Amino acid sequence: MNFVPKMNRRSFVVGTAAVGSGLALGFDLPFGPKVVRAADGSPEVGVWVVIRPDETVVIRIARSEMGQGTLTGLAQMVAEELECDWSKVTTEYPTPGQSVARKRAWGDYSTGGSRGIRESHEYVRKGGATARMMLIQAAANEWKVPAAECSVINSTITHKGSGRTTTYGKVAEAAAKIEPPTDVKLKDPKDWKLIGKGVLRLDTADKVNGKQVYGADLKLPGMLNAAIKACPVFGGKLKSYDEAKVAGMKGVKKVVKVADNAVAVVADTWWHAKTALDALPIVWDEGPNGKIQQADIVAMLKEGLTAEQAFVGNKVGDAKAALAGAAKRIEATYAYPWQSHAPMEPLNATALYTADKCEVWCGTQNGEAALAATAEASGLPVGKCEVYKQLLGGGFGRRGRSDYVTQAVQIAKQMPGTPIKLLWSREEDMTQGTYHPTTMAKMTAGLDADGNLVALHARISGQSILSALFPARLQNGMDPATFQGFAPAGEAAIGYTVPNLLVDHAMRNPHVPPGFWRGVNINQNAIYLECFMDELAHETKQDPLAFRQKLMSKHPKHLAVLNAVADKIGWTTPPPKGVFRGIAQHMGYGSYVAAAAEISLDDKGALKIHRMVAATDPGHAVNPAQIERQVSGSFVYGLSALLYGEVTVKNGRIEQENFDTYNSMRISEMPKVESIVMGSGGFWGGVGEPTICVAAPAVLNAIFAATGKRYRTFPLSQHNIRTA
Amino acid sequence: MVKLTVNGISHDVDVEPDTPLLWVLREQVGLTGTKYGCGVAQCGACTVHVDGVATRSCSMQVSDAAGKQITTVEGLAVNGAMTKVQQAWIANDVPQCGYCQSGMIMAVTALLKEKAKPTDAEIDAAITNICRCGTFQQVRAAIHAAANA
Repeated sequence: MNFVPKMNRRSFVVGTAAVGSGLALGFDLPFGPKVVRAADGSPEVGVWVVIRPDETVVIRIARSEMGQGTLTGLAQMVAEELECDWSKVTTEYPTPGQSVARKRAWGDYSTGGSRGIRESHEYVRKGGATARMMLIQAAANEWKVPAAECSVINSTITHKGSGRTTTYGKVAEAAAKIEPPTDVKLKDPKDWKLIGKGVLRLDTADKVNGKQVYGADLKLPGMLNAAIKACPVFGGKLKSYDEAKVAGMKGVKKVVKVADNAVAVVADTWWHAKTALDALPIVWDEGPNGKIQQADIVAMLKEGLTAEQAFVGNKVGDAKAALAGAAKRIEATYAYPWQSHAPMEPLNATALYTADKCEVWCGTQNGEAALAATAEASGLPVGKCEVYKQLLGGGFGRRGRSDYVTQAVQIAKQMPGTPIKLLWSREEDMTQGTYHPTTMAKMTAGLDADGNLVALHARISGQSILSALFPARLQNGMDPATFQGFAPAGEAAIGYTVPNLLVDHAMRNPHVPPGFWRGVNINQNAIYLECFMDELAHETKQDPLAFRQKLMSKHPKHLAVLNAVADKIGWTTPPPKGVFRGIAQHMGYGSYVAAAAEISLDDKGALKIHRMVAATDPGHAVNPAQIERQVSGSFVYGLSALLYGEVTVKNGRIEQENFDTYNSMRISEMPKVESIVMGSGGFWGGVGEPTICVAAPAVLNAIFAATGKRYRTFPLSQHNIRTA
Repeated sequence: MVKLTVNGISHDVDVEPDTPLLWVLREQVGLTGTKYGCGVAQCGACTVHVDGVATRSCSMQVSDAAGKQITTVEGLAVNGAMTKVQQAWIANDVPQCGYCQSGMIMAVTALLKEKAKPTDAEIDAAITNICRCGTFQQVRAAIHAAANA
C-alpha cells in the first residue's frame, strides 16, 4: 500500500527550531564536524551507525518491528555495506523526536505497505557505506597512508602495504570527526555477502524467556493504569456516566471523559480499572448510526454493483460493447466482509504529561504519526513531545493509526505528572477497530466461440480506505488503492492481457471505519479475479493453469511465479486420491506471488488443507529465511480470514467482541507451506503482505475442484465448512 | 491476602480472591512475561503451569492457585540455562512479534513433559494457542527439534 500516512515534512522543519540541541546528545570538537554521541557516549559514525569501544555495532532502524523481521533485514542492508562483524550487530530506534530535531535524518518512520526495505534500501545501504568510508579514512589517517590502500573485512581494517591492522572499535572516535563523504558508491549486487542470506533474527532471545517488554508490559515509577470504553456505535458520543457508582471501588483514582466519545477509569492496577469500568453505568448518545443493521450495508453495496457512475481504475478497449457481442457471457458476484486486525497484544500507550513536556511510550507502526498525535492531543509544540517506540505485539496495519495514543495523552493531560498506561481490553480492540474494508464485486466475462476471454468487467462496490483516512490522496474522488492487483501498471498490476477490460469502483462508504489490514485490497481483489478466472476456465472446459497462461505472455514475472507453484505442486500429475488442487496468482507491493493448494473436503463439510506451495518474486530477496516465515505466517492470517474472519453490524455496532466469536486458526488447521523465494533481481518488492492474498483463492479453487461448488461470500464458516 | 508460590518463590499478595491469576502475576508479582491476549481462555497467551499443568491464567481465580506451584516463562531457565524448548525456539527462529510465544512455550513445555516425542496429531490436539503472526510451521518444527534434542 502506497497509501500509509506520510508526515507533512513542513511541520517537522517548523518543529525543529523549537527542539534545538535539547536532545541528550553531546557535541565536542571546536572545529570540523560535531561528534554526535549515543546515550551511552559512543560516537556516531554517520547517522545510521554507532560503534562502541567493545566493537559492538549499533545500527539505527527507523521502521517499526512488529514481527515482520524488518530490524534484521534493514540491519543486513546497512551491515552489507559497512563490512562489519555481523555477530557484533545490535539495533536501536532513534526516537521520532530525534528525527524532528535532526531533520528526518533517518527518513520515513511509517511501517506499512511492505515498504520497510523496498523504500529505504538505497539510503540505509548508503548509510553503511558512508560509515565504512569514514572508519577506513580514520585508520588511514592514523597510519598516514592513502585510504585506497586499506581494506576491511568483519570490522577489521588492514593496510595492504604494511600489513597493519586495526578495528572499528578502535578508530570509531576518530572516524566520527571526519566529514561524511558525499560520493558514496554502493556494491554491485553480485558482490553481496549478507544481503540474500537467511540469517537468524536479531530480536529472538528475549522473546523466549519473558524478558521482552512490549508496551503493555511497561512500568514507570508512580504509574497508574487506565481502561477505556468508547461509544460502541461509530460516530456516537458519550452522554453521561455515574462516577459515584465506582468511586469507592478498590484502587480507583479517577474517572475521566476522553474526547467526546469515551470514558476511562484510572486505577492503581489495570484489573481494578477494568473491573470498575465494567461496573460504571454509561449512557451513550448513539446518534442516527445506532439504527444501522448489516442488511442495510449489504443493500448499500448491492446497489453499487449496477450503479451508473463509477470510478474507472483500468480500461482497455471497449468492454461493454465486447460483452454485448460475445458468444458466451458469464457473470458472478462476490462479497468480502469486514475483518478485525486483532493483534495479539491489545492496543496500548503510556503517557506522561506535564505543562512543558509530553512523553509517550507505545508500540506504533508510525512513530512520526504517534508524535504528531501526541503534540496535537497535548496541545504542546512537537518539540516538547517525545515518543519512545516499543516492540509491537503484532500490528497488521492497526497500529498505523494513533487513536490509542491520542486517548492516552487525553487521559494523562487530566492527571499531570502521573504516567498513565492505557490498555484496551480485547473487547475494545474488536469493537473499536479500523476494519478490513467490505466490498462486493460483480464479475462479467465475454468469451468467443473458442473459449477465449475477449472482455472482462470487474465492478467493485464498497468501501474506500483513503476516503476515510486520507481524503487528500483521492484522485478526483477516486481511491486508486481500491484497484490493487487490477491496475494497468505499477506495484499492483494485473497479470493478464484482456483485449477489452473495464475495472471500476462504485464507492459506497458505510459508517464502519475501514483501515489498512495486512494485504489490504489485494485480499479481496485476488479472490474476485482469481476465483473468477477459475470459473471461466471450468465453464469453457479448459485447464485453469493453461487458461491463465494463454493470457499471461506479456506478463512474464506474473507467469514465472504461477509456473513455479504449478511445477512444485505437480499440477500435470494427478493428486493423491481424494485430494484436489487449486491455483492462483497476483501482484501487490511490487512483488509477484502465486499459490497452489491441495485440499480434501468430505460431504459433511470437513475441510483439510494439506499442503500449500507459495512463490514470491520480490526482486531482491534480502533474507530468504525470513521471507519464508512471512509467507507461511501470512497464510495463517489470510486463511483465518477465509475460514472465520467476519465482523458484522447490529444496531450500528460490531457484534464480535473476542476470539470466541472472531476465531483465528490454530496449529491443527495449518497446512504444510512450501515457499519458493524466487527473487529475480533488478527491483525491490515488498514481502510482509503480497503473498497473503493468493492463499484464499488457491484454496477456494481447490474446493471447487473437490465439490463443484463455488463459494462467493465469506468466511467459509457461514457455509458450514469447518476444518477437519 | 493470598499466598502464592511463583517460580519457587513465595509471595503474599493483597488482592481480591477473585482476581485472575494472570493479573496478579503481572501487577502484584511483577512478572510480565505472561501475557494478556483475550481474557476468556481462548488465545493461550497467558498460559502458565499450575502444579505442572498448563493453565490459562486469565481464567483462574488467584484463590484457586493459592498453595500451588506456579511456573511462568521466567521460571523455565535454571541458573540461566535455557530449556530444550527455549533453545529449539531460538535455533528455529520461531518468534515473529513474539507476544504469544510465552504462552506457546509454556503449553509446549507441558506437552513434552507428558509426551516426550509427540506426533503431529498429538501436537495438534494439545497446542491450541492463537498466533496471529502465524508461526505454526516453525512452532511444529521446534517442538520436534526439542523432543529430539
